[in-house]
Amino acid sequence: MLPAAVRAYVNPSFDRETAMRDSMQTALSDYTDSLRRISAMVGRYSYVMRGSWPRLAELVYWPAVNMLMWGFVQTYIGQKAGYFAQAGGTFIGAMLLWDILFRGQLGFSISFLEETWSRNLANLLISPLRPVELAIAMMIMSLIRLAIGIVPVSIVANVFFGFNVYGMGIALAAFFMNLILTGWAVGILVSGAILRNGLGAESLAWTVMTLFMPLACVFYPVAVLPAWLQIVAWMLPPTYVFEGMRALLIDHQFRADLMIEAFALNLVLFIAGATGFAKLMDAARRNGTLLQTGE
Amino acid sequence: MTQPPIAAERLVKLYQGRPAVDGISFTLPADSLTGLLGGNGAGKTTTIAMIMGLLTPTSGEVHVLGADMQRERFRALKHMNFVSPYIDLPMRLTVRQNLMVFGRLYCVDDLADRIGVLAQEFDIHDLLDRPTGRLSSGQKTRVSLAKALINQPKVLLLDEPTASLDPDTADWVRARLERYRSESGATILLASHNMNEVERLCERVIIMKKGQIEDDGTPARLLQRYGRLTLEEVFLDVARGSSGIREPVL
Repeated sequence: MLPAAVRAYVNPSFDRETAMRDSMQTALSDYTDSLRRISAMVGRYSYVMRGSWPRLAELVYWPAVNMLMWGFVQTYIGQKAGYFAQAGGTFIGAMLLWDILFRGQLGFSISFLEETWSRNLANLLISPLRPVELAIAMMIMSLIRLAIGIVPVSIVANVFFGFNVYGMGIALAAFFMNLILTGWAVGILVSGAILRNGLGAESLAWTVMTLFMPLACVFYPVAVLPAWLQIVAWMLPPTYVFEGMRALLIDHQFRADLMIEAFALNLVLFIAGATGFAKLMDAARRNGTLLQTGE
Repeated sequence: MTQPPIAAERLVKLYQGRPAVDGISFTLPADSLTGLLGGNGAGKTTTIAMIMGLLTPTSGEVHVLGADMQRERFRALKHMNFVSPYIDLPMRLTVRQNLMVFGRLYCVDDLADRIGVLAQEFDIHDLLDRPTGRLSSGQKTRVSLAKALINQPKVLLLDEPTASLDPDTADWVRARLERYRSESGATILLASHNMNEVERLCERVIIMKKGQIEDDGTPARLLQRYGRLTLEEVFLDVARGSSGIREPVL
């Protein structure tokens, strides 16, 4: 339909005010419906999570185990080497930030996998739920899962090792935003691959992010890598976050430049992920894999 | 002129060059219950998937309630629904939770009341707080039908809705479908292997074979045309290519 201003110009008797009011009401109604659908999906995933204590426990279990292990490693090395003693918990910080990246992507992908495991995907795809609404619901769930997993572990880190991640202040917000954006971009792409290839692509959800661990220099500076691999590392947004974290904890300097570069790369990655998802969805519609999401 | 609720025009779907659906056209009017018959691989599920927008046709178009399903399917999807034994509802959710989720997805007003009506209609009151995964086949089918009717669809697609049900439950389901159609004036397309079901429910039958429409008419007309007593015999004639047509197809 033509915009109200154009219709008023073409047809002088056209009641522009009424038309604009109608358009606004329609837009508001669409917006409200969209929110209802997003809340329906968040409710759907919350029902699953609340109904299974092993799933809830698993959210805390691995981050807690990792944090304890790296915390003790940090304590041991700190006792032996002066530099690490000054490094102010880089291992624990790296572990917590790594979990934001890894669990952020996993939290997104698991919500999507729930649909394929329960053979419910076709029900959703024939409903009025838009792909972007499903993605927003999965992002919200990713945040909820992260909060359940990371907040208690960050408190344990403070109690056991005296490491207060919240002491990073505004920098933590920048780190978090960049890491979660990377996690979601990868999660969106993995979901597209599962749509296109069925549960045969499920292992991607669990493993793809581990490729980032050596390349994004989670526990060591980029300078450690061979020169050619450093080029690859600097193409990944998390590399900037982990370098930024070390700059903050070791040099007590917040590198805003690194965060801006990471954000720019994340935008590119996010657009690439969304475009990849759309293309894989189209391919799945062409190839008929949406009704067969098994192996 | 109002458009028919479902209009398929020269629909073709090729998989690796092989036709799964080969140039079919048909329209389904409002307030109708049409059977889609055919053997395995005849193209029934492919046709239904294209009507729902789950599958992109290689060529041709599908319009549902006036919306082109490739370009503007969300305009139609809120007025459609689907039942198939090949898709499930989330098993860990209770029946009530599933109906709540789908009710919200379809933006159903007065959802609690609607669930109450459906619980009464499909006799699932006692099941509402049980996990969906712990229901029997018959109970799951009743819940799937309740989900399919949660938005009071104008277009309802059913892919073998009574497969794996005992005769009593299957008969019960058919009665509910008949009632919904008569009360709502919906357009219902039913793909089935069960000839008795199709004969009882449908006023029109489209028979598919190798991706094409082999025949199309009322059950009585088809029986007359093939000189048979049951649709099953007609189906076997078509499937085996031993067409006993006694009058030309018009």
